[in-house]
Amino acid sequence: MTVPSQELIGTVTAESGIEGTAALDETAVPSRGRIIFRRFIVQKSALFGLVLLVVLVLLAYVGPIIGKWDYSQPDYNSFLVTPNSSHWFGTDGTGTDLFAATMRGAQKSIIIGLLVAVLATSMAAIVGATAGYFGRWIDTVLMWIVNLLLVIPSFLIIAILSPRYHNNLTLFVVLLGMFIWQITARIVRGQTLSLREREYVLAAKYMGVSGPRIIARHILPNLASLLIIDATVNVSVAVLTETGLSFFGFGVQPPDVSLGTLIEAAQTSATTQPWLFLFPAGFLVLLLLAVNLIGQGLRDAFDPSAGVAV
Amino acid sequence: MTTPAEVRTREPKPDESAVLVVDNLHVAFPVLGGGSVNAVRGLSYQLRRGEALGIVGESGSGKSVSSLALMGLLPRTTRVTGSVRLDGQELLGMHDREASALRGKKISMIFQEPLSALTPVYTVGAQVSEALRVHNDISKEKALDRAVELLDLVGIPNPRDRAKAFPHEFSGGMRQRVMIAMAIANDPDVIIADEPTTALDVTIQAQILDVLQTARRETGAAVIMITHDLGVVAGLADRVLVMYAGRPVELGTTDEVYYAPRMPYTLGLLGSIPRLDASGRSALTPIEGTPPSLANLPSGCPFRPRCPLAIDICAETEPALDPVRGASHRAACHRKDEIETNGWTVTDVFPVPDLGIAEIERVPREERPAALAVEGLVKHYPLMKGVAFKRQVGTVQAVDGVDFDIREGETLGLVGESGCGKTTTLLQILELVEPQAGTIRIAGTDTRDLRGGPARKALRRDLQVVFQDPQASLDPRLPVGDVLAEPMRTHGYHKKQIDARVKELLQLVGLEPSHAGRYPQEFSGGQRQRVGIARALALEPKLVVLDEPVSALDVSIRAGVINLLMQLRAELSLSYLFVAHDLSVVRVIADRVAVMYLGRIVEIGVVDSVYASPSHPYTQALLSAIPIPDPDKERTRERIVLQGDLPSPANPPSGCRFRTRCQRFLTLTEGEKQLCIDRYPPLIPMGPDHSAACHYAEPVAVI
Repeated sequence: MTVPSQELIGTVTAESGIEGTAALDETAVPSRGRIIFRRFIVQKSALFGLVLLVVLVLLAYVGPIIGKWDYSQPDYNSFLVTPNSSHWFGTDGTGTDLFAATMRGAQKSIIIGLLVAVLATSMAAIVGATAGYFGRWIDTVLMWIVNLLLVIPSFLIIAILSPRYHNNLTLFVVLLGMFIWQITARIVRGQTLSLREREYVLAAKYMGVSGPRIIARHILPNLASLLIIDATVNVSVAVLTETGLSFFGFGVQPPDVSLGTLIEAAQTSATTQPWLFLFPAGFLVLLLLAVNLIGQGLRDAFDPSAGVAV
Repeated sequence: MTTPAEVRTREPKPDESAVLVVDNLHVAFPVLGGGSVNAVRGLSYQLRRGEALGIVGESGSGKSVSSLALMGLLPRTTRVTGSVRLDGQELLGMHDREASALRGKKISMIFQEPLSALTPVYTVGAQVSEALRVHNDISKEKALDRAVELLDLVGIPNPRDRAKAFPHEFSGGMRQRVMIAMAIANDPDVIIADEPTTALDVTIQAQILDVLQTARRETGAAVIMITHDLGVVAGLADRVLVMYAGRPVELGTTDEVYYAPRMPYTLGLLGSIPRLDASGRSALTPIEGTPPSLANLPSGCPFRPRCPLAIDICAETEPALDPVRGASHRAACHRKDEIETNGWTVTDVFPVPDLGIAEIERVPREERPAALAVEGLVKHYPLMKGVAFKRQVGTVQAVDGVDFDIREGETLGLVGESGCGKTTTLLQILELVEPQAGTIRIAGTDTRDLRGGPARKALRRDLQVVFQDPQASLDPRLPVGDVLAEPMRTHGYHKKQIDARVKELLQLVGLEPSHAGRYPQEFSGGQRQRVGIARALALEPKLVVLDEPVSALDVSIRAGVINLLMQLRAELSLSYLFVAHDLSVVRVIADRVAVMYLGRIVEIGVVDSVYASPSHPYTQALLSAIPIPDPDKERTRERIVLQGDLPSPANPPSGCRFRTRCQRFLTLTEGEKQLCIDRYPPLIPMGPDHSAACHYAEPVAVI
């Protein structure tokens, strides 16, 4: 390939509004990954969300080590005491240290919330985009499965399977994740149907780019806003669904606790012994806040029109 | 320095015959968070009774906004100042109710998009009679009768029956006729036509321009014709107003503006249009740079950054629209007198780039290997009906036996109106699959012999594509560097190699290598199309398929991209398949041209021969329908106006497919006609490398 002649450069660079020619310097061409990372970390709120999430996770796992009590060892000398130097978050009616319980519950809820959200949104993205992009029999089969899962009462399945795999958190996460992705998958499929007709997708296809790569590089990034919002919403959906299930005796079972079960138990005494309610609820609020800030930051980092100043 | 508000462009005292007087019109759109977009900055003109004024400008020049301001159709938040008097009555600041009484009665408008300008749920007759009943106290029956008369006037066949039809049953051209019927319903004094033919095919455009002339004659109305196409205005307008960055920059009679432009922008605009009457392949004179942002105008003359004649004073004061010679011709340029005395033309002001010529082009055509050979290509789509049980009710013969070849270093222009099958042909070639019938050979490889993915992928390196719309063909979420790297990653280049090549490519198409990290939206339309071209060149292909690569670009940007394509062809010995509906662009860039009609090629040959002596009636009609930006030629040209619309490819006419619209067919005897009805004509040689598919082909000069 020849290097362009001088007058060619002279004629046309003028359109970019820059005079003269720039030498081919040695700096690397920034890849999309690096650009998005940079666009993410320059946002103060996003960075704050990320730090907050790290702090919360650290607290949940380090907290029980530095705390004086264990969530499963009640202090029979202090029932329903207000927060003090010994019981930082106070105790409940059975003498359980609320700090230890909240941290233990937070561990469970963080795992459930984040894993379920990532799992469900990824499933939705992959299945929806695959069905929409490839079409024909792949679309028919995948949508048939999605519709089937939509009509099966998820609560019943979890209720049946839960007792058999008692305390198996991985399975619980998978089950929970399995039942909240279908609607999003259908939306993703619909959007993909219109995206795959775009000229840039055709251009990639005529370049010889394979189907899965087109989905990963062109379809999903253009659905990023939808998927990120879906994932953040799914975190709270997962935490709250788990609470509901625990109430009916599935999911996290006593003596083990989750933030959901703690909030559930404290509901009746929220006005009389507010600390029982406020600490787990506050932790949950902070967790969701962190996830939302990160989600917003990611969304703006992916969207070039968001006006993020780099 | 003078602020725009202070620069007044005065015209002499309004003369008695002026029906519309626009004086110092300013339109500004407030922007959230302070500031404003100054779309029109001091526009003044007078429209005499019965006169046709052409307002020419690129997108963002303020030409449409100014006429919406006259009609009072801008949003409430817009700041409109100045004065607009229609028959002495001030229009600005008028209450909406009073304005409504005038709109459609004394001043009416024809919009660009006939698809959205008619309400889909009412019949066409009802909509035209509504226009009548709003302003006149007449009965429903009477209004409908008058509506039918109007539809007849604008050339709608069987108007009484067609009045009962809904807009979706009309083609684009027919809808635009209905719009014209509504516009002239109340004998207005002024008709504003805002790009009335931009969305239409050339043969339909010729019909509509004809109808507009008829409408003007019938009503005696003055017409304001807003367009970006200097050709359309040349034959139609008495006077022309050129706008740039919200300001009028040149105003004069059509002859003055076309033959003696005195503002560098007008000069450049005229030089940057590919012309049908050009002599063979030739470089255009592009205006460099892009129009300025109206929200953030530079001080001084807004055209200064793009102007080769700019001097110090241009940066300080914005020139007023002052008379050049006599009172009628005005131009806004500090150096207009110099241009006048020196008699500078386009080529004196704007440099003509040297395009060079490829080594391969010195080899005679027959000795060069074929980059692409298409023989008897067929693509039929089944036409299905029913929801649960689909059954085939017909076949759309999108492409029905097409032959052509492109030698190395050669450019073939494939032209035709929308629906003629040119895009289907192109997609068939790009798919790299076995066609329904016929063969496609790319660089000697038959697509039928391609077995499996790797072989197909390897062939893709030789064949790349540039799409029409630079907005849609670049992934908005992918930085330009990644856009260019994608084909190379796919074909297994090394990371280091890719980085170097991305920068090289950006420079090759005239962009800054340091812009690799930017997103497509940060570039202008012309720059985005350059990125699209760079992407197509990444793998060093032999053949590039160009699908209307410049039709979405502004006139002044278009020339730069066309020149770039020609430079690249010479430097890299590329072959182009150039698909376009615009015959004048093809004239400038192509070596050979193939004209398609309803899925078949009706005429093919070297450009010079086909344009000089078109032999198929359809080619003749196409060529004669394209306006030439030359008022004298345009006024004296005999225009062949085709009857009706393109027939449906699902049900093409028997024998010759063009016979239903053919102007030659009408002149034949019954016996001669029978041949056209019975047999599809083969391609008959008309000269060296020039053949036409017509039983009665004979060359007719139409340019």
